[in-house]
Amino acid sequence: GLLVTKCGLLRHRPAGGGAFWVDSQQKRYVPVKGDHVIGIVTAKAGDVFRLDVGGSEPASLSYLAFEGATKRNRPNVQVGDLIYGQFLVANKDMEPEMVCIDGSGRSNGMGIIGQDGFLFKVSLGLIRKLLAPKCEIIQELSQLYPFELVLGMNGRIWVKAKTVQQTLIIVNILEACEYMTAEQRKQALAKLSGT
Amino acid sequence: GVLERSREQLLRQTCEAVVLGVLHPRTAVTLVLQVLSDAGSLLSCCLNAACMALLDAGLPLAALFCGVTCALQPDGTILLDPTARQEQEARAVLTFAIGSSERKVLMATTKGSCSVEEMQQCLAAAQHAADAVFQFYRDSVRRRYSKS
Repeated sequence: GLLVTKCGLLRHRPAGGGAFWVDSQQKRYVPVKGDHVIGIVTAKAGDVFRLDVGGSEPASLSYLAFEGATKRNRPNVQVGDLIYGQFLVANKDMEPEMVCIDGSGRSNGMGIIGQDGFLFKVSLGLIRKLLAPKCEIIQELSQLYPFELVLGMNGRIWVKAKTVQQTLIIVNILEACEYMTAEQRKQALAKLSGT
Repeated sequence: GVLERSREQLLRQTCEAVVLGVLHPRTAVTLVLQVLSDAGSLLSCCLNAACMALLDAGLPLAALFCGVTCALQPDGTILLDPTARQEQEARAVLTFAIGSSERKVLMATTKGSCSVEEMQQCLAAAQHAADAVFQFYRDSVRRRYSKS
């Protein structure tokens, strides 16, 4: 028979043969193949970097898995850097492996995340909401200040705006979005853009 | 102390029976329970809190479980969820961990002495009371998901 193992909302997508799934919320991330995540470099072991992705094991990232990287032309990665990449291998039996290139060898937005900015953690449900097409939160925020945003499926968000104060305001709004309804959020943003 | 250790072991056995550890090999799951106030029925309170914590964390579970405490009074009447005073005056205090699929018994522990028939009666009462606890879980989870 069929057993449901997590609590959540049952969702249905009629398109393409129809699919049912349980939409559950949790804060702990479990690596899944193909997910784009933000990792923090914790160690350099020879030809491989060890990244903390918030799972139970550190992920490995080869230095050749960057766009345009060769044995002579190594990427400039230091311990403590932030990397945006996707999982090549992720299952419960093996150590997860990440790469910063897609199937055709292009970086496609992945790689080392630049200097400054702010990294913080939210629940996985909020990330999925933000990644949905035409997300209202992102549209409303972009009318407030211009900013750069990287969303990792492991619950990590990196934000960079022009000044530190603007960055922190965006961080606080995104963190509060978990518990605010749409009206409360619109009110908070109206107050911020008014002052 | 020994009492806390025995409670830990009972909780651990119950959790190990429902958590799908196969999906997370080479992983440790740590459950920390902090007693804020103890007004009786502590073990079943810990069981309920543990189940809600596992639900909230999103760990894959084969079934839910709840804890129910029965106090058998000297005159033979069964009291559910006894207070500390009622537990002390009782002839026997039985705690059951009941699973959500077919109300199976996952764990049973007794303090004091009672006959087999009395234990069966307490078990039946506990299985009946488990419905109320599972409904409470459902309402709490529904409230949480209604916000998003």
